[in-house]
Amino acid sequence: MNDIAPLAVPPEQADAPRPKITARNINVHYGEKHALKDVSVDVPEKGVMAFIGPSGCGKSTFLRCINRMNDTIPICRVTGDLRMDGRDIYEPGLDPVLLRARVGMVFQKPNPFPKSIYENVAYGPRLHGLAGDKTEIDEIVVSALKKASLFEEVKDRLKDSGTSLSGGQQQRLCIARAIAVRPQVILMDEPCSALDPIATAKIEELIDELRTNFTIVIVTHSMQQAARVSQRTAFFHLGKLIEDGVTDQIFMNPRHELTRNYITGRFG
Amino acid sequence: MTDTALAPPMTRSAGVDFDSTEARELLKRRYRAEARFKALGLLAVLVTAAFLAFLLVDILRKGIPSFFEHRATLTVNFDAALIDPKGTRDPADLREGDYQALVRAALQSQFPEAQDRRTRRALDGMISSGAVDDLRQAVLANPGLIGQSRVMPLLFSSDADLFLRQRDTLITRRTGSGPLRVEGESNAVTLRGGGAAFRAALAESKTFLAERRRALLAELATLPAAGSNAGVDTKRTELEQAAASIQARIADANAPETLTDREPSLLVAIGDGILKITEIGANEAKATTLIAPKPGSIITEWSLLTLRVPETNRRVNDNVSAWLEILAQRGLTERAFNARFFQNGDSREPELAGIRGALIGSALTLMVTLLLCVPIGVAAAIYLEEFAPKNRFTDLLEVNINNLAAVPSIVFGLLGLAVFLNAFDLPRSAPLVGGLVLALLVLPTIIIASRAALKAVPPSIKEAALGVGASHQQAVFHHVLPLAMPGIMTGTIIGMAHALGETAPLLMIGMVAFIVDIPGAITEAATVLPVQIFLWSDLPELAFQSRTAGAIIVLLGFLLVMNAAAVILRRMFERRW
Repeated sequence: MNDIAPLAVPPEQADAPRPKITARNINVHYGEKHALKDVSVDVPEKGVMAFIGPSGCGKSTFLRCINRMNDTIPICRVTGDLRMDGRDIYEPGLDPVLLRARVGMVFQKPNPFPKSIYENVAYGPRLHGLAGDKTEIDEIVVSALKKASLFEEVKDRLKDSGTSLSGGQQQRLCIARAIAVRPQVILMDEPCSALDPIATAKIEELIDELRTNFTIVIVTHSMQQAARVSQRTAFFHLGKLIEDGVTDQIFMNPRHELTRNYITGRFG
Repeated sequence: MTDTALAPPMTRSAGVDFDSTEARELLKRRYRAEARFKALGLLAVLVTAAFLAFLLVDILRKGIPSFFEHRATLTVNFDAALIDPKGTRDPADLREGDYQALVRAALQSQFPEAQDRRTRRALDGMISSGAVDDLRQAVLANPGLIGQSRVMPLLFSSDADLFLRQRDTLITRRTGSGPLRVEGESNAVTLRGGGAAFRAALAESKTFLAERRRALLAELATLPAAGSNAGVDTKRTELEQAAASIQARIADANAPETLTDREPSLLVAIGDGILKITEIGANEAKATTLIAPKPGSIITEWSLLTLRVPETNRRVNDNVSAWLEILAQRGLTERAFNARFFQNGDSREPELAGIRGALIGSALTLMVTLLLCVPIGVAAAIYLEEFAPKNRFTDLLEVNINNLAAVPSIVFGLLGLAVFLNAFDLPRSAPLVGGLVLALLVLPTIIIASRAALKAVPPSIKEAALGVGASHQQAVFHHVLPLAMPGIMTGTIIGMAHALGETAPLLMIGMVAFIVDIPGAITEAATVLPVQIFLWSDLPELAFQSRTAGAIIVLLGFLLVMNAAAVILRRMFERRW
């Protein structure tokens, strides 16, 4: 942890919590394409950080670096220094499987397994041996569903298929599935883009509840959403991190011309 | 995209005008194109359906008779002197008994007038050698039969069976009009009927002659012009003379006709006897006795049978026809389900030939194919689709697998011959080798189908599994494979159905032999259903035609069951997401 140079912190953020994730000079190449250019950012512990920016700016790519989902793409190459709690998550001996148990992910389109609601949530804990017997798994499933504020809606039909739920419920099931393996960080890749406003509101409410226990990184297209749910925001443009900071400051008083233009709707 | 950047409202008012002629014209063209496409599609479906229906009807019409057999229900006297001369009742001795003699005696009791050797042999020939075996089995199963008389079903030979099914010749029956006076006996009987009793039959004979004359004239027309060749001229003269003599016979509608074995046979059934007409006039006919009727000179009830096909072209001569006719008249023939067809192996006798051997051979061969193909094919598909690095080598592999699926099956047969038989020295004609060859043939199909099924699983499912910390292999085996399973199973079953119908490669490895014994193991000589069909279709006997169609029906039934299984499995395991 000590060998990481702290980023220059603007005076108004001197009291920022200690960083959970530190990224320094991250570069990502998809074959010939240089998708991320020298991104350096700190994600503080416990709280919501939003990544915003126009399509193709690299915010999702950066998100997928944090749990090494990019490893599954053969042509993708990641360089730079990315640490969680000071530990290099790209160090050769580290199996991404263990990393992903600590960094959960929620995808753009709800993607529950075509199995029962119960099985959807129980799969992760079983995989990682988090529970010894059936009752422990039951407890984990119930508590994860409760944390994802889905339990009341599905408690009578845990045996039903996860795909029989509505879109918003499916997305909350996916969040419960991610929570069940007790991650420290939850990555959300535009979690509400396939949902209607009411389901979106529920998810946002949920994110607000979860931030006391988890470090949440959310990629979103909706600036309103970023403003509503996040405490910190980072703005990406053409593979570069333009600026990051406290959400209010980014929206009220952006330091950078590009950020201002994007937020005021001049492009994007 | 962003809430602050709403699209401006549509302000253009001059868009498509509903009522303009251009818009209508455009719409009409579109409707016409749609209607045309629909009509063409419907036509294609109808043509296909018609072809299929024709095929099915033809096969069913030809094949269903093979599921039935004709039997004579005769009283058999299980004479101890013939089947157990030593009186030991020992199965070994009973096996040696002369059961043929029992059949002979039973027939003799029905037709005592058949005395000379040739006639008796013809009489015995009506019953299949299978009936003799049946009697032996009956006695071995129940020795108490010895010394008793029992009504036993005796299987007819295939010729007799064909005659009873009217496949040998068409038979028309005409009730005789008016009383008939019978004079003379045995070979020189004269039948006199008042009121032109035979006029219709005579006219029929003349019609037959007219047809023959037309055939002669048609042949004459195909010959080259006169004077070109001495041989042709002779032939021409011959044909012209034959046509002229026939013309003379036809000219007088009342002139009597002599009937030989080259004309349709005319039989007169009088009570329990049958006479054969040798010369026919309008009111009078000369005849010979085939089966003597009860004596009497004036007959009021009689009927006239026309056997359309001349005797020389028939498998069953007039004598046997008469016996069969009388047996049927006495109610001693029956039509029953042909269980033998499903219980016997192949045979040279059509009435005894069955498909059991081929069915078991097919089952054993397919078992070997399935056991080899499914593990290897599915494993290869999973590796190639999910784990293999994408490089030039795997590209080459993929191209080659796709090409293998298009290789003619006979090539696989040659490969099997060279590798499995010659190099590995495996047994010839065995389901083991057949299964190996078919496995090679089907593997590409299964790999391609399985890869397609794996590819069809949405990547979001795999991502979800990876996202909660499953390894790549866990994601594949826990989530992707179960979802791909219906597709893999469908591909496998379609591949198996393909293998079931395959003939050519099996010919190369010797599964085409005449094999009577039903195989019990994968190393024993066997044949398979399609090869059996191929073998039977090649045989000249008319009776094997219906066997062939019968075997095709069984094969189609087999395929139908397999395809139904594919559909049911898919329904059962299909999951939606």
